Amino acid sequence: MEHEDIIKELGKEKLIGFYTKMVKIRSFEERIRFLFLEGKMPGTIHQYIGMEANAVGVCSALQKDDVIASTHRPHGHAIARGLSFNEIMAELYGRTTGCCRGKGGSMHLGNLEKGMLTAIAIVGGNLPIVVGMSLAFKLMKQNRVAVSFFGDGASNEGSFHESLNMAAVLNTPSVFVCENNQYGASTSIKKVMKIENIADRARSYGIEGVIADGMDVIDVYIHAKDAIEKARKGGGPTLLELKTFRFCGHSRRDPGSYIPKEEKESWQRKDPINNFKKLLLNEGLAGEDELDDINNLIEKELDESIIFAQESPEPAPEDTLKDLYATMEVPE
Amino acid sequence: MREITYLEAIREALQQKMREDDSVYLIGEDIAEYGGAFGVTVGMLEEFGKERIRNTPISEEVIIGVAAGSAMTGMRPVAEIMFSDFITIAMDDIANQAAKIRYMFGGKARVPIVIRTAGGGGTGAAGQHSQSLEALLAHIPGLKVVMPSCPYDAKGLLLASINDDNPVVFIEHKLLYKNKKYIQHVPGEMYEIPLGKGDIKRKGKDLTIVATSFMVQKSLDAAEDLKKEYNMDCEVVDLRTLRPLDIDLILKSVNKTGKLACVEEAPVFGGFMGEVASQVTEKGFDMLDAPIIRIAGRNCPVPYSLVLENEMIPGVERIKSSIKKMAGLSQGKE
Repeated sequence: MEHEDIIKELGKEKLIGFYTKMVKIRSFEERIRFLFLEGKMPGTIHQYIGMEANAVGVCSALQKDDVIASTHRPHGHAIARGLSFNEIMAELYGRTTGCCRGKGGSMHLGNLEKGMLTAIAIVGGNLPIVVGMSLAFKLMKQNRVAVSFFGDGASNEGSFHESLNMAAVLNTPSVFVCENNQYGASTSIKKVMKIENIADRARSYGIEGVIADGMDVIDVYIHAKDAIEKARKGGGPTLLELKTFRFCGHSRRDPGSYIPKEEKESWQRKDPINNFKKLLLNEGLAGEDELDDINNLIEKELDESIIFAQESPEPAPEDTLKDLYATMEVPE
Repeated sequence: MREITYLEAIREALQQKMREDDSVYLIGEDIAEYGGAFGVTVGMLEEFGKERIRNTPISEEVIIGVAAGSAMTGMRPVAEIMFSDFITIAMDDIANQAAKIRYMFGGKARVPIVIRTAGGGGTGAAGQHSQSLEALLAHIPGLKVVMPSCPYDAKGLLLASINDDNPVVFIEHKLLYKNKKYIQHVPGEMYEIPLGKGDIKRKGKDLTIVATSFMVQKSLDAAEDLKKEYNMDCEVVDLRTLRPLDIDLILKSVNKTGKLACVEEAPVFGGFMGEVASQVTEKGFDMLDAPIIRIAGRNCPVPYSLVLENEMIPGVERIKSSIKKMAGLSQGKE
């Protein structure tokens, strides 16, 4: 299908939805960067700036009862999957109203009721679990799909290879979404992989490998939808590689100085939000005012979530041993 | 006299050993241009080149496997596992391969590898980036496990670890790396602290505290307070090496004080201090005037919230109150 036809088919509401979700992620990340620097949050944060089209494109193609699994960089996935600013912000503040009641923090955001497994901060750690979740869907004859998000770095872990092979032979309704943002922490993927495309690795396991432009939310959506629907119909797993980039360092304290200036600039020209905004304006799908209103609403919602988080209670020391076992108190 | 940080002491040991011995090389994630996640190897790529400061894919299991293989064929690798939590991914190559190869081959192989890794919590990094897994490792016959508590020990123990012909897991503590409070005079030349020898970090006659890594520093602070506030004189024994364990040093101290408090960061259940307590009971039951106590992490993963993390990991106040209670100075909360 031509781009124009696709835009027509998706329709204004869906496209504005893409824009809103992407801006939500960007605004959230910009805001918490400052809160973090003010020392309001413990630990570190791994930000999603530049990669918004990936989470939004994929999650927009999911049904409500599908499940995603994320990584140490989960803010974008959580927002795209529909977790509220309140539950995410409160979690970053370590409050009891957070989505993990203050026990998980930035690297473990999630809410299964909203279709997001608690994020797994071990590189490659979520792939085997996604195979298992999707196997359960298959065994229970539920028409659901499980999606694993992971990075380029994870594709060198044993768990990636073992999971793809296992998913292939079990023919599970899994989609493996590799967000190739070109760097595993400080290391360029070119230095740790001899092939050009991670998607090519799918062939080794007898499954389909697909590449999409991770800076273009429509391209991500279309390819993700294909893979998700194929999985739902019993067609088995797909490896979907999204070519993308993070406009920030690996973690909050990393300035990302190992990224060559030209490389960064060439990717910044593909900014998924700026370009999509231009498209909406050019196609007459939205006016500047309308988009500004969206941005303002998001800023207001962010303000409110910060107040919500700050006013939420801290856990009590007695809560430390709670929630470890399902049916047993932990003895001191 | 120059004073340097824990991190600088570790880096200096690596640099000096690599200048002396061509068979020593480093292998790990982000250790070259970036200088390691905590900055330990900053500047080393420039001096030693990328063949000897070997950046790898994110591939913990194979990092250890490669290190072990190259060690058996003549090299002396120092592998870095970024966070000690990631050691679990490499566990086959550590527990089933490196630790057992020499024994299974009837003593006809050597596996001189050092696995350096950053352990411990207190950083708000939650359950998968804060653990203290030393008990798992010390349990495996064939491994040596080292946990330095200060810059001087870090340098001497790391040099001894590299020179050792066995696989050594060398667990550094994140909160010690750059902390200026713990800078110390460290000799400029190379020196070794033998593995299997503990150290008395503070002399005392009333009670023995046995601790490891960052808990040694917290125990020293607690001991100072107890001296000031109650005129109680604690002896602080730093294990330095968990395996081999310097049980004689502990027994000698307990023989003097009659009381033993063991302090560790890991969850108390099945923790390494259970081994210490058990050996002291077996070999020194008559020396004890009171039951041995363990002051350790709560039995749960490390939580994110600072309130919960401070509760999970023993702090100076908990060490003090537990010891006060043991010594009959208060009925305080343990």
